[in-house]
Amino acid sequence: MFGLKTDWSLETLPRYFTLEDYEGGTARWCPGCGDHGVLSAVQKICRDEQLVPEKTVCVSGIGCSSRFPHYMKTYGFHGLHGRALPVACGIKARRPDLTIWVATGDGDCCSIGAAHWVHAIRYNMDMVVMLFDNNVYGLTKNQTSPTSRPGLKTNTHPRGAVLPPLNPSETTLGIANVSFVAQTVDWNPVHVYATLRRAYHHKGLSFVRIFQRCPQYTPRVFEDAQRDPSLIMLLEHEDGVRADEAGTKIYKNRVAHDPRDLNKARELAAREDVLPIGLLYCDPTRPRYEEFSSVGVDVTIEEKMQALDKEIDRFAI
Amino acid sequence: MSSGQTAGTKDGQAIGPKVLGECIVEIVSDSGEGAQKAGQSFATVCAKMGNGVWTVEIIPAEIKPPARSRAGASGIRIRFGSRPMTNMGDYADLVVAFNEQVLYGRLLNDAYREGTVILLENKWASDPDEQIRDMYNSAVEDFRARGLIVHELPMHEACLEFVNDPKLGKNMFVLGMLSGIFDRDPSITRREIAAIFKKKGEAVIETNNKLFQGGIDFARKHLTYHFSVPPMSSKQELIVTNGNDAVGLGVMAAGMELVSMYPITPATSATHYLAGVFHKMGGFIHQAEDEIAAIGFAIGASYAGKTACTITSGPGLALKTEFIGLAVMAEVPLVIVDVQRGGPATGLPTKIEQGDLMAALYASPGDSPKIVMAAATIEECFHMVVTARQLAEMFRGPVIVLTDANLATGQTCYPRPKLSEDWMAPPLDQSPWPEGVAPYDWDPQTGLSRRPIPGQRGGQYVLTGLAHTKHSHVAYDPRSNQVGCEMRSRKIAALRSTLKPPKVHGDEEGDLLVVGWGSMLGAIEEAVDRLRAEGHRVSNVHLRFLSPLEPGLKEIFERFTRVMTVELNYSDPSGGFDGDWEGARRSHLCQHLRAQTLVDIDHWSVTPGQPLRPGQIYDVLKGRLEAIRSAEGSAVGAR
Ligand SMILES: Cc1ncc(C[n+]2csc(CCOP(=O)(O)OP(=O)(O)O)c2C)c(N)n1
Repeated sequence: MFGLKTDWSLETLPRYFTLEDYEGGTARWCPGCGDHGVLSAVQKICRDEQLVPEKTVCVSGIGCSSRFPHYMKTYGFHGLHGRALPVACGIKARRPDLTIWVATGDGDCCSIGAAHWVHAIRYNMDMVVMLFDNNVYGLTKNQTSPTSRPGLKTNTHPRGAVLPPLNPSETTLGIANVSFVAQTVDWNPVHVYATLRRAYHHKGLSFVRIFQRCPQYTPRVFEDAQRDPSLIMLLEHEDGVRADEAGTKIYKNRVAHDPRDLNKARELAAREDVLPIGLLYCDPTRPRYEEFSSVGVDVTIEEKMQALDKEIDRFAI
Repeated sequence: MSSGQTAGTKDGQAIGPKVLGECIVEIVSDSGEGAQKAGQSFATVCAKMGNGVWTVEIIPAEIKPPARSRAGASGIRIRFGSRPMTNMGDYADLVVAFNEQVLYGRLLNDAYREGTVILLENKWASDPDEQIRDMYNSAVEDFRARGLIVHELPMHEACLEFVNDPKLGKNMFVLGMLSGIFDRDPSITRREIAAIFKKKGEAVIETNNKLFQGGIDFARKHLTYHFSVPPMSSKQELIVTNGNDAVGLGVMAAGMELVSMYPITPATSATHYLAGVFHKMGGFIHQAEDEIAAIGFAIGASYAGKTACTITSGPGLALKTEFIGLAVMAEVPLVIVDVQRGGPATGLPTKIEQGDLMAALYASPGDSPKIVMAAATIEECFHMVVTARQLAEMFRGPVIVLTDANLATGQTCYPRPKLSEDWMAPPLDQSPWPEGVAPYDWDPQTGLSRRPIPGQRGGQYVLTGLAHTKHSHVAYDPRSNQVGCEMRSRKIAALRSTLKPPKVHGDEEGDLLVVGWGSMLGAIEEAVDRLRAEGHRVSNVHLRFLSPLEPGLKEIFERFTRVMTVELNYSDPSGGFDGDWEGARRSHLCQHLRAQTLVDIDHWSVTPGQPLRPGQIYDVLKGRLEAIRSAEGSAVGAR
């Protein structure tokens, strides 16, 4: 009115959030666990993006990696084994204003939660899903996971795992309405940060497979790639993960990959000779389920009562 | 027209309508012949004319069972009269049957008795297939030998005047016949027909109106049956719904925003109904990938401050148990509607049973106290969802509402609910969270606490299914776990302290008290009323809350010589298989009440997959009353 801001009285001081505003309890993961680095990366992204802590929700299932929400100072939901995704989708369904990070393990996501994984990809609701893939069940002490490689000796397969492993990125790239798949390695914090930040900026479900070492049970599964950077293939594209050169200069094996190329993405995801890291696939035009599920969130009680009264007329005698 | 039986058929003189206080009508056919549609319309018309009405659908388990088969009987029973109807009654008075085999299906269910009038399609008598002709003729003979009054009528042939294929349309013709017989106002039915076929266009409506009128004329011409069933005296504004529509309306009246479901009979139709209208109230139906995801999604929405509910049946409830435990542990408000069907496993998908009480009370592992309620009437299906929403929020946890297949598909009329703003979930609270208040700031007496909602500044906490302190910090120490369990249990006790003892129907003391729950109410009360009219000292109470139990039960029980439950679930034969009561498995409510009250409560329960007739209950209660008498007699003699 008259050029004046009518809501001047509601204006509050601008808030600036420091790292501390995102740091919850002290992380209880084992020393050397890859999860520590991912946690730091997410906290930094929250700070750099100035995410409002009370508008941010970290959701997880059960497993070592699923302890993630406890170490953040945002809202958190540490639910049931395998069921992080339905909960995360339910939160987003009517609250598209909330930013959602999901932490899930390879057992949590690809075994007990496999049905939800497939369908969550299809729902494509805006959230970052971090798959902490350590090739093993950590929390329950060393059982074979769907991503364990044959020969891995675990408590359930002491003579070595027998089946070919499930490849989470390849599988995700086969699901209808997939909109974002990236890969990164826990031992390169620069690349983890850049990948997750890119994922955060994608509108839709961003699926990030993080190759993660478990110092207790699978300390050696990624040893070759760690020792020999040429076994890592850095995917490059202007629309891809753009990590700071200082952190990635050791990777000489670089491939230009257009993340809109789904077939190429699948081919790369399936590579067994090298570990491709970076953005495999991205299509920001896919429909997101919250576009449908959140319709009507602003309907008032009065409007509901009026509409319902009219509806009840249909049953009147 | 039959030669042997002419009673009721036209023989020249017309008789004016005979006044009936109530009547039970059935329409039975093969699946897909529209008997249910016709019956529902007839029931709606009766309700609109002011009758009390109760319908029960006769549903075969398969979508397309073989034609002319006993198991394929599909149709509907309508009981209507000049007073409110609360159950399906005993035996049908008048039946319209599209073939003779489906009638056998109903005879197996004890639906008819001597004197039941059958209006039977007679085209099978001249079927080209000799086997069919034989089956038909011998069945008619058999029906008559059983005392049924059979009129063989050329309904199919009469329909040919209006349509080429009477398989489509005969139902509206039958609706006309019933309208003629029961003196229904045709203009009301025409409005129903217009509503049913609205989407199909004027021509279809016109054809069906002709069929309808043809049915009226046919009844006038061929039958002398002519009755009138006067309206109830009630002047209240009424609505007619089935129980699942009532649940759907309740969801909306509670202001819910989300229903998350996975299809399962007999619950699905509640969401079918909602799917057509929920968006008008801003709501959304989520069809999840399975029942686990359905409840997880609802819990997520609720955690984020949006009121949600999940609707399912037994097998779905089983899948949801882990999440129900989480909702208990982490105190997430949620309404879970379980439309019970026969179990275990896939059981009797389309049929009624009260078999989920124990599962509702105890199925989650560990100690998981929760609120469990059961709707006794179709009207309560509406109001209980509204109440459940409020209780879920107030007591910060899951509330299970039990209904069943009988309530789900049965139709009745009841007072139009007067919507209230207080019923509606309040708007999302995004005000800052008060400083220093823990996310589980349990009141030491009631265990109640207020919950922070994402978006509330300063309220950040991590909800966890692990044992936790009031700060929601994971805690494995003995004390924290004990306190957590106790706080969750205190909430149930707090709710109980606000409940009133149930009302006793009948005298406050006597020889026998019948305790029931769920949709058995109408049939139990009718049986009790009949016995009381004969001078028996029998009363009943009906429980709406199963967890916590309504207070004062023991005191009521002690005023009766014997107490028994009547339920539709399994129990071992009296005394167990080997005469050892200790090993006998009792009906659900009976077990529950015995444990809670230490009263020696008896039971009678069966699993027929259909509602109990008041007459069945009457017989059982009469037997028990006689046993009580003779026991008293011998006790006196021994003194
Ligand atoms: C229904 C259910 N089944 C099993 C478990 C036991 N459980 C907890 S975590 C887990 C597997 C953890 O492995 P992963 O998901 O790979 O996570 P990590 O611990 O390796 O991070 C299992 C089997 C459980 N909590 N709930």
